[in-house]
Amino acid sequence: MNPRLLDLGDGALTLEFGERIDPALNARVMAARDALAALKLEGIVDVVPAYCSLTVHFDPLRLDRKILAARLLEAAQAPVQKSAPATRWLIPVTFGGEFGPDLAEVAQATGRSEPDVVAAICAAELRVFLIGFLPGFPYLGELPAWLHLPRRATPRTVVPANSLAIAGPQVAVYPWQSPGGWHLLGRTPVRLFDVADADRPALLAPGDSVRFKAVSDDEFRRLAAGVAASECGRKDWLAP
Amino acid sequence: MIEVVDCPLPASFQDAGRPGYRHLGVPLSGALDPQWLAIANALAGNPPQTVALEMRLLGPKLRTSTPVTVALAGDFSARIEDTAGQSRPTANWCSHVLTAGETLCVGSLRSGIGYLAVGGGFDLPPVLGSRSTYARAGLGGIDGHMLRAGDRLKVGAGGAAISLRLPHAPDIGRGPIRVIPGPQRDYFTDAAWQQFIGAEFVVSREADRMGLRLDGPRLEHARGADIVSDGVTPGAIQVPGDGRPIVLLADCQTVGGYPKIATVIGADLPRLGHALPGHKLRFVAVSADEALAARRDAARRLAECIAGMVPGGAELDLDALYGANLIDGVIDAD
Repeated sequence: MNPRLLDLGDGALTLEFGERIDPALNARVMAARDALAALKLEGIVDVVPAYCSLTVHFDPLRLDRKILAARLLEAAQAPVQKSAPATRWLIPVTFGGEFGPDLAEVAQATGRSEPDVVAAICAAELRVFLIGFLPGFPYLGELPAWLHLPRRATPRTVVPANSLAIAGPQVAVYPWQSPGGWHLLGRTPVRLFDVADADRPALLAPGDSVRFKAVSDDEFRRLAAGVAASECGRKDWLAP
Repeated sequence: MIEVVDCPLPASFQDAGRPGYRHLGVPLSGALDPQWLAIANALAGNPPQTVALEMRLLGPKLRTSTPVTVALAGDFSARIEDTAGQSRPTANWCSHVLTAGETLCVGSLRSGIGYLAVGGGFDLPPVLGSRSTYARAGLGGIDGHMLRAGDRLKVGAGGAAISLRLPHAPDIGRGPIRVIPGPQRDYFTDAAWQQFIGAEFVVSREADRMGLRLDGPRLEHARGADIVSDGVTPGAIQVPGDGRPIVLLADCQTVGGYPKIATVIGADLPRLGHALPGHKLRFVAVSADEALAARRDAARRLAECIAGMVPGGAELDLDALYGANLIDGVIDAD
Protein backbone atom coordinates (compact mmCIF):
# COMPACT_ATOMS: atom_id res chain seq x y z
CA MET A 1 0.00 0.00 0.00
CA ASN A 2 1.30 3.43 -0.93
CA PRO A 3 1.36 6.07 1.79
CA ARG A 4 -1.71 8.28 1.67
CA LEU A 5 -2.80 11.57 3.24
CA LEU A 6 -5.92 11.85 5.39
CA ASP A 7 -7.63 15.12 6.36
CA LEU A 8 -7.84 15.75 10.11
CA GLY A 9 -9.66 19.07 9.95
CA ASP A 10 -8.12 22.28 8.61
CA GLY A 11 -5.17 22.26 11.01
CA ALA A 12 -3.79 18.72 10.70
CA LEU A 13 -2.90 16.06 8.13
CA THR A 14 -2.29 12.37 8.80
CA LEU A 15 0.19 10.47 6.64
CA GLU A 16 -0.85 6.81 6.73
CA PHE A 17 1.48 3.94 5.76
CA GLY A 18 -0.95 1.10 6.44
CA GLU A 19 -3.57 -0.07 8.88
CA ARG A 20 -1.81 -2.59 11.08
CA ILE A 21 0.59 -2.80 14.01
CA ASP A 22 3.88 -3.67 12.33
CA PRO A 23 7.42 -2.65 13.34
CA ALA A 24 8.33 -2.16 9.65
CA LEU A 25 5.53 0.38 9.16
CA ASN A 26 6.41 2.08 12.46
CA ALA A 27 10.03 2.42 11.28
CA ARG A 28 8.79 4.17 8.11
CA VAL A 29 6.74 6.55 10.29
CA MET A 30 9.90 7.47 12.22
CA ALA A 31 11.89 7.92 9.01
CA ALA A 32 9.21 10.27 7.65
CA ARG A 33 9.15 12.18 10.94
CA ASP A 34 12.94 12.70 10.76
CA ALA A 35 12.82 13.71 7.08
CA LEU A 36 10.08 16.26 7.82
CA ALA A 37 11.97 17.64 10.83
CA ALA A 38 15.02 18.23 8.63
CA LEU A 39 12.94 20.60 6.46
CA LYS A 40 12.28 22.92 9.46
CA LEU A 41 8.99 24.15 7.97
CA GLU A 42 7.54 27.29 9.57
CA GLY A 43 4.06 26.87 10.99
CA ILE A 44 4.26 23.23 12.17
CA VAL A 45 2.80 22.95 15.67
CA ASP A 46 3.12 19.26 16.61
CA VAL A 47 4.32 16.10 14.88
CA VAL A 48 2.80 12.97 16.41
CA PRO A 49 3.98 9.51 15.32
CA ALA A 50 1.53 6.65 15.90
CA TYR A 51 1.70 2.91 15.03
CA CYS A 52 1.50 3.25 11.27
CA SER A 53 0.79 6.94 10.69
CA LEU A 54 2.23 10.37 11.31
CA THR A 55 -0.06 13.28 12.23
CA VAL A 56 1.18 16.81 11.60
CA HIS A 57 -0.65 19.66 13.36
CA PHE A 58 -0.05 23.01 11.68
CA ASP A 59 -1.20 26.61 11.59
CA PRO A 60 -2.96 27.06 8.22
CA LEU A 61 -2.50 30.82 8.46
CA ARG A 62 1.30 30.31 8.44
CA LEU A 63 1.81 27.14 6.39
CA ASP A 64 0.05 26.38 3.12
CA ARG A 65 -1.78 23.06 3.34
CA LYS A 66 -0.88 22.04 -0.21
CA ILE A 67 2.82 22.70 0.38
CA LEU A 68 2.75 20.68 3.60
CA ALA A 69 0.91 17.85 1.83
CA ALA A 70 3.55 17.72 -0.92
CA ARG A 71 6.42 17.75 1.60
CA LEU A 72 4.77 14.99 3.62
CA LEU A 73 4.40 12.72 0.59
CA GLU A 74 8.09 13.31 -0.18
CA ALA A 75 9.05 12.58 3.44
CA ALA A 76 7.05 9.35 3.20
CA GLN A 77 9.66 8.07 0.73
CA ALA A 78 12.54 8.56 3.20
CA PRO A 79 14.60 5.37 3.53
CA VAL A 80 14.46 3.54 6.85
CA GLN A 81 17.79 3.58 8.66
CA LYS A 82 18.75 0.09 9.79
CA SER A 83 19.93 0.90 13.27
CA ALA A 84 19.77 -0.49 16.77
CA PRO A 85 16.92 0.69 19.02
CA ALA A 86 17.46 4.26 20.25
CA THR A 87 17.64 3.26 23.92
CA ARG A 88 17.21 -0.08 25.71
CA TRP A 89 15.39 -0.06 29.03
CA LEU A 90 14.97 -2.68 31.77
CA ILE A 91 11.92 -1.80 33.88
CA PRO A 92 11.30 -3.49 37.26
CA VAL A 93 7.74 -4.68 37.88
CA THR A 94 6.07 -6.54 40.72
CA PHE A 95 3.47 -8.93 39.27
CA GLY A 96 0.19 -10.24 40.64
CA GLY A 97 -1.37 -9.79 44.06
CA GLU A 98 -2.75 -6.37 44.96
CA PHE A 99 -0.58 -4.75 42.28
CA GLY A 100 -1.67 -7.01 39.43
CA PRO A 101 -5.29 -7.94 40.11
CA ASP A 102 -5.91 -9.51 36.68
CA LEU A 103 -2.93 -11.90 36.57
CA ALA A 104 -4.94 -14.90 37.72
CA GLU A 105 -7.72 -14.20 35.18
CA VAL A 106 -5.22 -13.79 32.34
CA ALA A 107 -3.55 -17.07 33.30
CA GLN A 108 -6.92 -18.80 33.29
CA ALA A 109 -8.03 -17.23 29.98
CA THR A 110 -4.81 -18.30 28.24
CA GLY A 111 -4.65 -21.73 29.87
CA ARG A 112 -1.17 -21.11 31.31
CA SER A 113 0.16 -20.73 34.83
CA GLU A 114 0.73 -17.33 36.41
CA PRO A 115 4.55 -17.80 36.38
CA ASP A 116 4.32 -18.68 32.65
CA VAL A 117 2.49 -15.41 31.93
CA VAL A 118 5.02 -13.39 33.92
CA ALA A 119 7.93 -15.20 32.25
CA ALA A 120 6.50 -14.50 28.78
CA ILE A 121 6.07 -10.80 29.51
CA CYS A 122 9.61 -10.54 30.87
CA ALA A 123 11.07 -12.52 27.94
CA ALA A 124 9.60 -10.27 25.27
CA GLU A 125 11.76 -7.52 23.83
CA LEU A 126 9.12 -4.85 23.28
CA ARG A 127 9.24 -1.92 20.90
CA VAL A 128 7.91 1.52 21.92
CA PHE A 129 5.55 2.14 18.99
CA LEU A 130 4.26 5.47 20.23
CA ILE A 131 3.63 7.69 23.22
CA GLY A 132 0.04 8.88 23.52
CA PHE A 133 -3.33 8.83 25.30
CA LEU A 134 -1.85 10.38 28.46
CA PRO A 135 1.43 12.23 29.07
CA GLY A 136 4.24 9.67 28.84
CA PHE A 137 1.90 6.68 28.20
CA PRO A 138 3.84 4.14 26.08
CA TYR A 139 2.21 1.71 23.64
CA LEU A 140 4.53 -1.31 23.55
CA GLY A 141 4.42 -4.41 21.41
CA GLU A 142 4.19 -7.08 20.51
CA LEU A 143 3.24 -9.90 22.86
CA PRO A 144 3.31 -13.56 21.77
CA ALA A 145 0.03 -14.50 20.08
CA TRP A 146 -1.22 -16.73 22.93
CA LEU A 147 -1.31 -13.68 25.23
CA HIS A 148 -3.56 -11.60 22.94
CA LEU A 149 -6.79 -10.95 24.85
CA PRO A 150 -9.64 -8.55 24.12
CA ARG A 151 -10.11 -5.62 26.50
CA ARG A 152 -12.11 -6.20 29.66
CA ALA A 153 -15.86 -6.14 29.01
CA THR A 154 -16.31 -3.37 31.57
CA PRO A 155 -13.47 -0.86 31.85
CA ARG A 156 -12.30 0.08 35.34
CA THR A 157 -13.08 3.62 36.38
CA VAL A 158 -9.79 3.76 38.26
CA VAL A 159 -6.52 2.22 37.09
CA PRO A 160 -3.80 3.09 39.62
CA ALA A 161 -0.78 5.03 38.35
CA ASN A 162 2.25 2.89 37.36
CA SER A 163 0.11 -0.16 36.50
CA LEU A 164 1.40 -2.52 33.79
CA ALA A 165 -1.46 -3.61 31.55
CA ILE A 166 -2.02 -5.71 28.41
CA ALA A 167 -4.64 -5.81 25.65
CA GLY A 168 -4.40 -7.52 22.27
CA PRO A 169 -0.74 -7.55 21.19
CA GLN A 170 -0.04 -4.47 23.28
CA VAL A 171 1.53 -3.67 26.64
CA ALA A 172 1.29 -0.31 28.39
CA VAL A 173 2.24 1.32 31.65
CA TYR A 174 -0.17 3.96 33.00
CA PRO A 175 1.86 6.98 34.17
CA TRP A 176 -1.25 8.48 35.79
CA GLN A 177 -4.36 7.23 37.52
CA SER A 178 -7.05 7.01 34.87
CA PRO A 179 -9.98 4.92 33.69
CA GLY A 180 -8.93 1.95 31.57
CA GLY A 181 -10.09 -1.34 30.09
CA TRP A 182 -6.82 -3.26 29.86
CA HIS A 183 -5.79 -6.22 32.05
CA LEU A 184 -3.69 -5.14 35.03
CA LEU A 185 -0.78 -7.48 35.69
CA GLY A 186 1.65 -5.54 37.87
CA ARG A 187 3.08 -2.26 39.10
CA THR A 188 6.39 -0.50 38.45
CA PRO A 189 8.18 2.01 40.67
CA VAL A 190 9.49 3.79 37.55
CA ARG A 191 8.30 7.33 36.89
CA LEU A 192 7.36 7.54 33.19
CA PHE A 193 6.75 11.28 33.01
CA ASP A 194 8.43 14.02 34.99
CA VAL A 195 8.16 17.71 34.11
CA ALA A 196 11.22 18.35 36.30
CA ASP A 197 13.22 16.83 33.44
CA ALA A 198 12.39 19.59 30.97
CA ASP A 199 14.60 18.21 28.17
CA ARG A 200 12.92 14.82 28.14
CA PRO A 201 9.82 14.74 30.35
CA ALA A 202 8.71 11.36 28.94
CA LEU A 203 11.06 8.52 29.92
CA LEU A 204 10.42 6.47 26.78
CA ALA A 205 10.50 7.49 23.13
CA PRO A 206 9.22 5.74 19.99
CA GLY A 207 11.81 3.31 18.68
CA ASP A 208 13.18 2.48 22.16
CA SER A 209 13.20 -1.10 23.34
CA VAL A 210 11.79 -2.21 26.69
CA ARG A 211 12.10 -5.40 28.74
CA PHE A 212 10.43 -5.97 32.08
CA LYS A 213 12.13 -7.57 35.10
CA ALA A 214 10.07 -9.23 37.83
CA VAL A 215 10.86 -7.99 41.34
CA SER A 216 9.35 -8.83 44.73
CA ASP A 217 6.83 -6.59 46.47
CA ASP A 218 9.54 -5.62 48.97
CA GLU A 219 11.96 -4.68 46.21
CA PHE A 220 9.19 -2.69 44.49
CA ARG A 221 8.55 -0.75 47.71
CA ARG A 222 12.27 -0.10 48.21
CA LEU A 223 12.64 1.21 44.65
CA ALA A 224 9.45 3.30 44.87
CA ALA A 225 10.79 4.95 48.03
CA GLY A 226 14.06 5.61 46.19
CA VAL A 227 12.19 7.24 43.30
CA ALA A 228 10.14 9.38 45.68
CA ALA A 229 13.35 10.53 47.41
CA SER A 230 15.04 11.12 44.01
CA GLU A 231 17.71 8.58 44.97
CA CYS A 232 17.14 6.56 41.84
CA GLY A 233 15.92 7.63 38.44
CA ARG A 234 16.28 7.48 34.70
CA LYS A 235 19.82 6.02 34.44
CA ASP A 236 18.94 3.17 36.82
CA TRP A 237 16.42 1.79 34.32
CA LEU A 238 18.84 1.54 31.37
CA ALA A 239 19.48 -2.03 30.27
CA PRO A 240 22.97 -3.17 31.27
CA MET B 1 -3.34 38.60 46.42
CA ILE B 2 -6.78 37.21 45.53
CA GLU B 3 -8.40 34.62 47.77
CA VAL B 4 -10.89 32.11 46.41
CA VAL B 5 -13.77 32.37 48.90
CA ASP B 6 -16.00 29.89 47.09
CA CYS B 7 -15.79 27.81 43.92
CA PRO B 8 -18.80 25.48 43.64
CA LEU B 9 -18.06 24.18 40.12
CA PRO B 10 -14.86 23.42 38.23
CA ALA B 11 -12.93 26.40 36.93
CA SER B 12 -9.49 26.16 35.38
CA PHE B 13 -6.68 28.44 34.32
CA GLN B 14 -6.22 28.58 30.56
CA ASP B 15 -3.94 30.29 28.08
CA ALA B 16 -2.94 29.32 24.54
CA GLY B 17 -2.26 25.76 25.71
CA ARG B 18 0.73 23.49 25.42
CA PRO B 19 1.67 23.09 21.74
CA GLY B 20 4.87 21.20 20.97
CA TYR B 21 4.38 18.26 23.36
CA ARG B 22 1.67 16.14 21.76
CA HIS B 23 4.27 13.56 20.64
CA LEU B 24 4.80 12.92 24.39
CA GLY B 25 1.08 12.33 24.96
CA VAL B 26 0.55 15.79 26.47
CA PRO B 27 -2.83 17.23 25.40
CA LEU B 28 -2.94 20.65 23.76
CA SER B 29 -5.32 22.11 26.39
CA GLY B 30 -5.80 25.91 26.36
CA ALA B 31 -8.93 28.07 26.23
CA LEU B 32 -12.03 26.47 24.68
CA ASP B 33 -12.65 29.90 23.12
CA PRO B 34 -9.30 31.61 22.43
CA GLN B 35 -11.16 34.62 21.00
CA TRP B 36 -13.06 35.31 24.20
CA LEU B 37 -9.83 34.79 26.12
CA ALA B 38 -8.21 37.44 23.91
CA ILE B 39 -11.14 39.81 24.50
CA ALA B 40 -11.01 39.34 28.30
CA ASN B 41 -7.30 40.07 28.22
CA ALA B 42 -7.69 43.12 25.98
CA LEU B 43 -10.26 44.52 28.43
CA ALA B 44 -7.77 43.93 31.27
CA GLY B 45 -4.92 45.53 29.32
CA ASN B 46 -3.03 42.23 28.81
CA PRO B 47 -1.50 40.49 25.75
CA PRO B 48 -4.15 38.29 24.05
CA GLN B 49 -3.25 34.83 25.36
CA THR B 50 -2.34 35.75 28.94
CA VAL B 51 -3.58 33.12 31.39
CA ALA B 52 -7.14 33.74 32.68
CA LEU B 53 -9.80 31.80 34.57
CA GLU B 54 -12.12 29.75 32.37
CA MET B 55 -15.43 29.34 34.20
CA ARG B 56 -18.15 26.84 33.42
CA LEU B 57 -21.83 26.95 34.46
CA LEU B 58 -21.28 28.80 37.74
CA GLY B 59 -18.51 31.22 38.67
CA PRO B 60 -16.42 31.61 41.84
CA LYS B 61 -16.37 34.21 44.58
CA LEU B 62 -13.02 36.02 44.83
CA ARG B 63 -11.80 38.51 47.47
CA THR B 64 -8.83 40.74 46.75
CA SER B 65 -6.42 42.18 49.32
CA THR B 66 -4.91 44.63 46.82
CA PRO B 67 -6.41 46.84 44.12
CA VAL B 68 -6.85 44.87 40.91
CA THR B 69 -8.46 45.26 37.48
CA VAL B 70 -10.77 42.39 36.54
CA ALA B 71 -12.30 41.84 33.10
CA LEU B 72 -15.35 39.68 32.42
CA ALA B 73 -15.99 38.02 29.06
CA GLY B 74 -19.18 36.00 28.70
CA ASP B 75 -22.85 36.21 29.51
CA PHE B 76 -23.34 35.95 33.26
CA SER B 77 -24.46 37.93 36.25
CA ALA B 78 -21.84 39.22 38.65
CA ARG B 79 -21.62 41.75 41.45
CA ILE B 80 -18.91 43.42 43.51
CA GLU B 81 -19.30 43.53 47.30
CA ASP B 82 -17.41 46.21 49.20
CA THR B 83 -16.05 45.86 52.74
CA ALA B 84 -19.25 47.31 54.20
CA GLY B 85 -21.30 44.58 52.53
CA GLN B 86 -22.80 46.89 49.92
CA SER B 87 -22.89 45.39 46.47
CA ARG B 88 -23.07 46.85 43.00
CA PRO B 89 -23.86 44.95 39.80
CA THR B 90 -21.21 44.64 37.13
CA ALA B 91 -21.53 44.58 33.37
CA ASN B 92 -19.97 41.89 31.21
CA TRP B 93 -17.62 42.61 28.30
CA CYS B 94 -16.16 45.15 30.64
CA SER B 95 -13.25 45.71 33.03
CA HIS B 96 -13.73 46.90 36.62
CA VAL B 97 -11.31 48.09 39.26
CA LEU B 98 -11.65 46.33 42.60
CA THR B 99 -10.21 48.03 45.69
CA ALA B 100 -8.59 46.16 48.56
CA GLY B 101 -11.07 44.06 50.50
CA GLU B 102 -13.72 43.92 47.78
CA THR B 103 -15.27 40.63 46.65
CA LEU B 104 -16.29 39.70 43.12
CA CYS B 105 -19.20 37.23 43.06
CA VAL B 106 -19.83 35.56 39.69
CA GLY B 107 -23.22 33.90 39.28
CA SER B 108 -24.43 31.39 36.74
CA LEU B 109 -23.15 31.50 33.18
CA ARG B 110 -25.73 31.60 30.43
CA SER B 111 -22.93 31.40 27.87
CA GLY B 112 -21.70 27.97 28.98
CA ILE B 113 -18.19 29.22 29.53
CA GLY B 114 -16.81 32.64 30.40
CA TYR B 115 -13.45 34.19 31.15
CA LEU B 116 -12.17 36.26 34.03
CA ALA B 117 -8.87 38.04 33.40
CA VAL B 118 -6.93 40.25 35.80
CA GLY B 119 -4.69 43.18 34.88
CA GLY B 120 -1.12 41.86 34.85
CA GLY B 121 -2.37 38.28 34.57
CA PHE B 122 -2.30 35.55 37.22
CA ASP B 123 1.23 34.91 38.44
CA LEU B 124 1.59 31.16 37.88
CA PRO B 125 4.65 29.12 36.87
CA PRO B 126 4.60 27.81 33.29
CA VAL B 127 4.73 24.02 32.97
CA LEU B 128 5.94 22.79 29.57
CA GLY B 129 5.46 26.29 28.22
CA SER B 130 1.90 26.86 29.46
CA ARG B 131 -0.05 27.76 32.58
CA SER B 132 -3.16 25.87 31.43
CA THR B 133 -4.59 23.48 34.02
CA TYR B 134 -4.58 19.82 32.95
CA ALA B 135 -5.71 18.17 36.16
CA ARG B 136 -5.48 14.53 35.04
CA ALA B 137 -1.69 14.76 34.93
CA GLY B 138 -1.39 17.58 37.46
CA LEU B 139 0.00 20.08 34.96
CA GLY B 140 -0.30 23.88 35.10
CA GLY B 141 -2.69 26.08 37.07
CA ILE B 142 -2.25 25.95 40.84
CA ASP B 143 -0.18 22.81 41.50
CA GLY B 144 -2.08 21.11 38.69
CA HIS B 145 -5.51 21.13 40.33
CA MET B 146 -8.76 22.85 39.40
CA LEU B 147 -9.58 26.07 41.22
CA ARG B 148 -10.93 25.48 44.73
CA ALA B 149 -11.96 27.45 47.77
CA GLY B 150 -8.97 28.54 49.82
CA ASP B 151 -6.65 28.94 46.82
CA ARG B 152 -4.63 32.15 46.95
CA LEU B 153 -3.87 33.72 43.59
CA LYS B 154 -0.97 36.07 42.99
CA VAL B 155 -1.46 38.77 40.41
CA GLY B 156 1.38 39.52 38.01
CA ALA B 157 3.20 42.82 37.94
CA GLY B 158 2.35 45.47 35.35
CA GLY B 159 -1.43 45.57 35.72
CA ALA B 160 -2.97 49.04 35.44
CA ALA B 161 -6.25 50.37 36.83
CA ILE B 162 -8.23 50.59 33.63
CA SER B 163 -11.86 50.44 32.69
CA LEU B 164 -12.80 49.42 29.17
CA ARG B 165 -15.88 47.92 27.58
CA LEU B 166 -17.08 46.47 24.33
CA PRO B 167 -20.02 48.37 22.86
CA HIS B 168 -21.47 45.07 21.56
CA ALA B 169 -21.08 41.48 22.67
CA PRO B 170 -19.01 39.60 20.06
CA ASP B 171 -20.83 37.54 17.45
CA ILE B 172 -19.63 33.97 17.69
CA GLY B 173 -21.38 32.67 14.61
CA ARG B 174 -24.53 30.74 13.85
CA GLY B 175 -25.84 28.10 11.50
CA PRO B 176 -24.56 24.55 11.12
CA ILE B 177 -21.13 23.62 12.48
CA ARG B 178 -18.72 23.32 9.56
CA VAL B 179 -16.65 20.14 9.25
CA ILE B 180 -14.09 18.62 6.90
CA PRO B 181 -14.90 14.94 6.14
CA GLY B 182 -12.43 12.33 7.39
CA PRO B 183 -9.92 11.09 8.30
CA GLN B 184 -11.99 7.86 8.44
CA ARG B 185 -15.07 8.86 6.43
CA ASP B 186 -14.63 5.52 4.59
CA TYR B 187 -15.34 3.59 7.82
CA PHE B 188 -19.00 4.65 7.61
CA THR B 189 -21.85 3.72 5.33
CA ASP B 190 -23.16 6.38 2.95
CA ALA B 191 -26.44 6.27 4.88
CA ALA B 192 -24.55 7.10 8.10
CA TRP B 193 -22.84 10.03 6.36
CA GLN B 194 -26.18 11.36 5.10
CA GLN B 195 -27.56 11.13 8.64
CA PHE B 196 -24.49 12.84 10.02
CA ILE B 197 -24.85 15.91 7.82
CA GLY B 198 -28.66 15.80 7.61
CA ALA B 199 -29.85 15.18 11.14
CA GLU B 200 -30.03 17.24 14.31
CA PHE B 201 -27.86 16.25 17.26
CA VAL B 202 -28.24 17.22 20.91
CA VAL B 203 -25.37 17.71 23.36
CA SER B 204 -25.74 15.05 26.07
CA ARG B 205 -24.91 15.42 29.76
CA GLU B 206 -21.50 13.86 29.10
CA ALA B 207 -19.76 17.11 28.25
CA ASP B 208 -16.52 18.52 29.59
CA ARG B 209 -13.23 19.97 28.40
CA MET B 210 -12.24 16.62 26.84
CA GLY B 211 -15.28 16.37 24.62
CA LEU B 212 -19.03 16.32 24.02
CA ARG B 213 -21.04 13.16 23.49
CA LEU B 214 -23.97 13.78 21.16
CA ASP B 215 -27.42 12.23 21.14
CA GLY B 216 -29.14 11.70 17.81
CA PRO B 217 -29.22 9.05 15.12
CA ARG B 218 -26.77 6.18 15.65
CA LEU B 219 -24.13 6.28 12.92
CA GLU B 220 -23.50 2.90 11.33
CA HIS B 221 -19.97 1.71 10.67
CA ALA B 222 -19.18 0.02 7.38
CA ARG B 223 -15.79 -1.41 8.41
CA GLY B 224 -16.02 -1.91 12.17
CA ALA B 225 -15.52 0.53 15.01
CA ASP B 226 -11.83 -0.10 15.72
CA ILE B 227 -8.89 1.42 13.94
CA VAL B 228 -5.20 1.18 14.71
CA SER B 229 -4.81 4.24 16.99
CA ASP B 230 -3.80 7.39 15.13
CA GLY B 231 -3.56 11.10 15.83
CA VAL B 232 -6.62 13.05 17.00
CA THR B 233 -7.15 16.77 17.53
CA PRO B 234 -9.70 19.07 19.15
CA GLY B 235 -12.71 19.11 16.80
CA ALA B 236 -12.29 15.51 15.63
CA ILE B 237 -15.62 13.62 15.76
CA GLN B 238 -15.00 10.03 16.76
CA VAL B 239 -17.71 7.39 16.64
CA PRO B 240 -17.32 4.39 18.99
CA GLY B 241 -19.13 1.10 18.48
CA ASP B 242 -22.41 2.41 19.92
CA GLY B 243 -22.70 4.84 16.98
CA ARG B 244 -22.95 7.95 19.20
CA PRO B 245 -20.52 10.64 18.05
CA ILE B 246 -18.10 12.35 20.44
CA VAL B 247 -16.67 15.74 19.48
CA LEU B 248 -13.22 16.08 21.03
CA LEU B 249 -12.26 19.37 22.69
CA ALA B 250 -9.12 21.07 24.05
CA ASP B 251 -8.17 18.51 26.73
CA CYS B 252 -8.60 15.50 24.42
CA GLN B 253 -6.00 12.74 24.28
CA THR B 254 -3.37 12.84 21.53
CA VAL B 255 -4.23 9.55 19.79
CA GLY B 256 -7.39 7.48 19.59
CA GLY B 257 -8.64 4.13 18.36
CA TYR B 258 -12.14 5.04 17.13
CA PRO B 259 -12.86 6.05 13.53
CA LYS B 260 -13.39 9.78 13.00
CA ILE B 261 -16.14 10.61 10.55
CA ALA B 262 -15.24 14.32 10.26
CA THR B 263 -13.41 17.16 12.01
CA VAL B 264 -14.85 20.54 13.02
CA ILE B 265 -12.97 23.44 11.40
CA GLY B 266 -10.89 25.71 13.61
CA ALA B 267 -13.14 28.74 13.10
CA ASP B 268 -16.20 26.91 14.50
CA LEU B 269 -14.52 25.02 17.33
CA PRO B 270 -15.10 27.74 19.98
CA ARG B 271 -18.86 27.40 19.45
CA LEU B 272 -18.66 23.81 20.66
CA GLY B 273 -16.73 24.94 23.71
CA HIS B 274 -19.80 26.99 24.65
CA ALA B 275 -22.30 24.18 24.07
CA LEU B 276 -24.19 22.98 27.12
CA PRO B 277 -26.20 19.77 27.53
CA GLY B 278 -29.43 20.13 25.57
CA HIS B 279 -28.03 22.39 22.86
CA LYS B 280 -29.00 21.32 19.36
CA LEU B 281 -26.61 21.35 16.46
CA ARG B 282 -26.20 20.31 12.86
CA PHE B 283 -23.15 19.73 10.71
CA VAL B 284 -22.28 20.78 7.18
CA ALA B 285 -19.26 19.70 5.11
CA VAL B 286 -16.88 22.34 3.73
CA SER B 287 -13.53 22.32 1.91
CA ALA B 288 -10.13 23.16 3.40
CA ASP B 289 -10.14 26.40 1.38
CA GLU B 290 -13.47 27.44 2.90
CA ALA B 291 -12.11 26.58 6.35
CA LEU B 292 -9.07 28.77 5.76
CA ALA B 293 -11.26 31.68 4.63
CA ALA B 294 -13.35 31.21 7.78
CA ARG B 295 -10.21 31.34 9.95
CA ARG B 296 -9.11 34.58 8.30
CA ASP B 297 -12.59 36.02 8.75
CA ALA B 298 -12.61 35.06 12.46
CA ALA B 299 -9.19 36.68 13.00
CA ARG B 300 -10.38 39.85 11.27
CA ARG B 301 -13.59 40.01 13.33
CA LEU B 302 -11.62 39.53 16.56
CA ALA B 303 -9.26 42.39 15.62
CA GLU B 304 -12.24 44.63 14.82
CA CYS B 305 -13.95 43.70 18.07
CA ILE B 306 -10.87 44.57 20.15
CA ALA B 307 -10.27 47.78 18.16
CA GLY B 308 -13.85 48.80 19.02
CA MET B 309 -13.29 48.85 22.80
CA VAL B 310 -14.28 52.12 24.45
CA PRO B 311 -13.40 53.63 27.83
CA GLY B 312 -15.73 53.32 30.79
CA GLY B 313 -17.42 50.31 32.29
CA ALA B 314 -20.17 51.77 34.41
CA GLU B 315 -22.90 52.04 31.79
CA LEU B 316 -24.56 48.78 30.92
CA ASP B 317 -25.76 48.81 27.32
CA LEU B 318 -28.56 46.29 27.63
CA ASP B 319 -29.99 47.04 24.23
CA ALA B 320 -26.72 46.18 22.56
CA LEU B 321 -26.29 43.02 24.61
CA TYR B 322 -29.73 41.67 23.88
CA GLY B 323 -29.74 42.96 20.32
CA ALA B 324 -26.66 40.88 19.58
CA ASN B 325 -28.76 37.75 20.20
CA LEU B 326 -25.69 36.30 21.79
CA ILE B 327 -26.75 32.96 23.11
CA ASP B 328 -29.27 31.95 20.52
CA GLY B 329 -26.53 32.39 17.99
CA VAL B 330 -24.09 30.20 19.83
CA ILE B 331 -25.10 26.78 18.74
CA ASP B 332 -28.61 26.58 17.37
CA ALA B 333 -28.95 24.51 14.34
CA ASP B 334 -30.88 26.54 11.81
